[in-house]
Amino acid sequence: MDMSQYLEMFIEESKEHLQAINDSLLALEQSPQSLDIVNVVFRSAHTLKGMAATMGFEQMAHLTHEMENGLDLMRGGKLAVTSHVMDVLFACVDVLEAQLTLIIESSTDVGIDIAGPVEQMKAVVSGKPVVAAATQVSAGEAPVAEAAVGVDFNEYESAILQQSNQSGFTAYKIVVTLTESCVLRAARAYMVFDAYERVGEVIKSEPRVEDLEEEKFDREFMIILVSQREEEELRQTGLNVSEVNSVTITKVGAEQIAAVVEAPQEIAAASAVETVPAPAPKQEEKPALVEAAAAGKAAMQETKKVQLGKSVRVDIDRLDVLINLFSELVIDRTRLEQIARELNHQDLVETVEHMSRISTDLQNLVMTIRMVPVDTVFNRFPRMVRDLARDLGKKIDFVIRGQETELDRTVIDEIGDPLVHLLRNSLDHGVELPDVRKAKGKEEVGKVELVAFHSGNHVFIEITDDGNGIDREKVLKKAISNGIVDEKLASTLTDSQVFDLLFHSGFSTADKISDVSGRGVGLDVVKTKIESLGGRVVTHSTPGKGTKFSIQLPLTLSIIQAMLVQISEEKYAIPLSSIIETAIIRKADIKKVHKQAVIDFRGRVVPLLYLEDVFNIPRETATDLEEENVVIVRKGENMAALVVDSFIGQQEVVLKSLGKYLTGTVFAISGSTILGDGQVALIMDCNALIQ
Amino acid sequence: MLEHKDIVEEIKVIVFRLVDEEYGVEVAQVRSIEKMQNITRVPRTPEFVKGVINLRGVVTPIIDLKTRFDLGVEEYTDSTRIIIVAVDDMEVGLIVDAANDVIDIAVNSIELPPAVVGGIKANYLRGVAKLEDRLLILLNLDKVLSQEEIQAMSTLER
Repeated sequence: MDMSQYLEMFIEESKEHLQAINDSLLALEQSPQSLDIVNVVFRSAHTLKGMAATMGFEQMAHLTHEMENGLDLMRGGKLAVTSHVMDVLFACVDVLEAQLTLIIESSTDVGIDIAGPVEQMKAVVSGKPVVAAATQVSAGEAPVAEAAVGVDFNEYESAILQQSNQSGFTAYKIVVTLTESCVLRAARAYMVFDAYERVGEVIKSEPRVEDLEEEKFDREFMIILVSQREEEELRQTGLNVSEVNSVTITKVGAEQIAAVVEAPQEIAAASAVETVPAPAPKQEEKPALVEAAAAGKAAMQETKKVQLGKSVRVDIDRLDVLINLFSELVIDRTRLEQIARELNHQDLVETVEHMSRISTDLQNLVMTIRMVPVDTVFNRFPRMVRDLARDLGKKIDFVIRGQETELDRTVIDEIGDPLVHLLRNSLDHGVELPDVRKAKGKEEVGKVELVAFHSGNHVFIEITDDGNGIDREKVLKKAISNGIVDEKLASTLTDSQVFDLLFHSGFSTADKISDVSGRGVGLDVVKTKIESLGGRVVTHSTPGKGTKFSIQLPLTLSIIQAMLVQISEEKYAIPLSSIIETAIIRKADIKKVHKQAVIDFRGRVVPLLYLEDVFNIPRETATDLEEENVVIVRKGENMAALVVDSFIGQQEVVLKSLGKYLTGTVFAISGSTILGDGQVALIMDCNALIQ
Repeated sequence: MLEHKDIVEEIKVIVFRLVDEEYGVEVAQVRSIEKMQNITRVPRTPEFVKGVINLRGVVTPIIDLKTRFDLGVEEYTDSTRIIIVAVDDMEVGLIVDAANDVIDIAVNSIELPPAVVGGIKANYLRGVAKLEDRLLILLNLDKVLSQEEIQAMSTLER
């Protein structure tokens, strides 16, 4: 069966599941006791396994299967959530992501080595119960993270032994002795474990699996196995592994189990009672669920529901086509309106008006379809911050807020890299090392916040850290030595102007910036990118207290608010975001400074630009009016007054490129739009007009 | 280069007219043929760039081939057409005096262009096809629509 038609769907869904796993694992790291989270991870892994197997991606299916084994133990409480287990799980997710990338590129998952994580996962699966079992003995002293689960485990272990006894399973104590000549004892021990895992369930081992892995045993080790097989068969299973000298098997009787059970139950008494899924025979969960657990389950199912939602995947290109077709429709609508007016037919006029309203609604709808929550970009950051903080040896409390804020898909696609840059910057250079923070009397754990919110026609994304802040003097020194600013000018600069220097392309090119100020690496790239998206970056910083990068972005790239102006026969659109105001000035008020026409606008001298000259607009009849219409535009702090013939009005325009052939080559034109009458109007780039 | 002596391979070309010469572009490169329509001028571009049109919702640049090849300026008439061609997913409209024929020509009837044909620099040409009673000049659109050139030219204009 040809699966290629499902490939795209598979990739999209796999991405989602991997993201869900990543998110949940991070959450699990924070609250290791939460079985709900384990369940979410398990389900995602399970679904992923199913999908991968269906699509024929055996490697991926194999790895997810191993993960599932581990997660199954975890949700059964038989495997403690330790940092080692988490690391292995994260490693698995990394490999899965690499596989998915490979699948996207070449439609195959063969070529990525999965042996490492698979082995680790297997080791965890076969070994960890023992660790937990060992903690059972000294549950009181067990580390906090493990304690709760460890206690739970005792509960489970006892239940498993009891239940297995009831359902015809027998617990065996197996003592395996390796030959004296055996060199790779750890490997042999692993093979023995593996062999027994196939015929039953290993409950416990002595010494602990970790010690076995590290060969911290002589030649003999003991495991407790629950199995339906006969004693003799199990002996043979052990002996089949080469270099095994002898296998001694003794049954663990009911009284012994009871003895085992007794102790842990005392410890577990305080903890919530959970049902225990029987190991081998799939037994229905007991109806006698403790309420807390039931509530937890319900809550989890709810989140699951939210996750699924009712949605359809649509290629973004199709939406673009839809918008194009729609603009066609709008043009016809305008014509129809005109015809209806000319004919003055009452019914026709009414119908056309109705159609106009519908099409306006439709337009709004189409536009909102393109909006995507910023979460699609933000969701990969927790993992990145975690890894980075680890590498840097820093403690970070990373908070994300406002991830539901929506932005146009095109902006979303572009904003990821700049944010990564800024976050890295905050982590690397902003937040100090734990002991430095301690010395300064701050909390050891640094706080980094990523916040998104709407404001007017813009979306703001802010990255705040409570680190050391930016050292104004160091930045200035660097900027002067790089020749970006003049020494005399330096002292007159405001703080925000100084921080802007960080984003100057000349700032980061020289030798290691981190030696000097610790800031500025690649920040110019950030600025360029954000400005190309029609946004801007503002930096606030308080020495010793922290730094805030605030990014302002337009809601969408495909629709902008613009003022339409006419010059001679040509129409141009000026983005409202660069307009300060429109004005009518008297010709007599125009003055000359160095041959440049200027006007006095609210106490400031503003240069006057005749668009007619700038754009070489042909004019049939010369006009000679007393007054001129001007549009005052700005770029940062600088302003200019553009002389036009008339203002047509303000409207939303759909942004279009000029076509590949002309893109990037036309002076002071950033794009085009199609007007209601079907004609193309050019959109002015005021930034290019103001030097 | 383009001669294949053994197999008679044919290509389909759209024939168009500039002044009194006949040119051809491969059908595979042609998206559509449009009637003359209102063109929005784009300021500060080379003279041969006439502007952009709204082609079913897609803003498409239009260049005047006669101006491009210095074949003189002629008023647009009823027979003036815009041939929309695509080169590497870049769509451009070419203004021609008329476009009204689609013919098959044998690849082996295409000869290398003479050094200079009708004032057009030879590297814009792919070759000249000899038909029974007429000559068809085949354009090398990659070269005609080279962006480097427009970039260089618009820099000069500034």
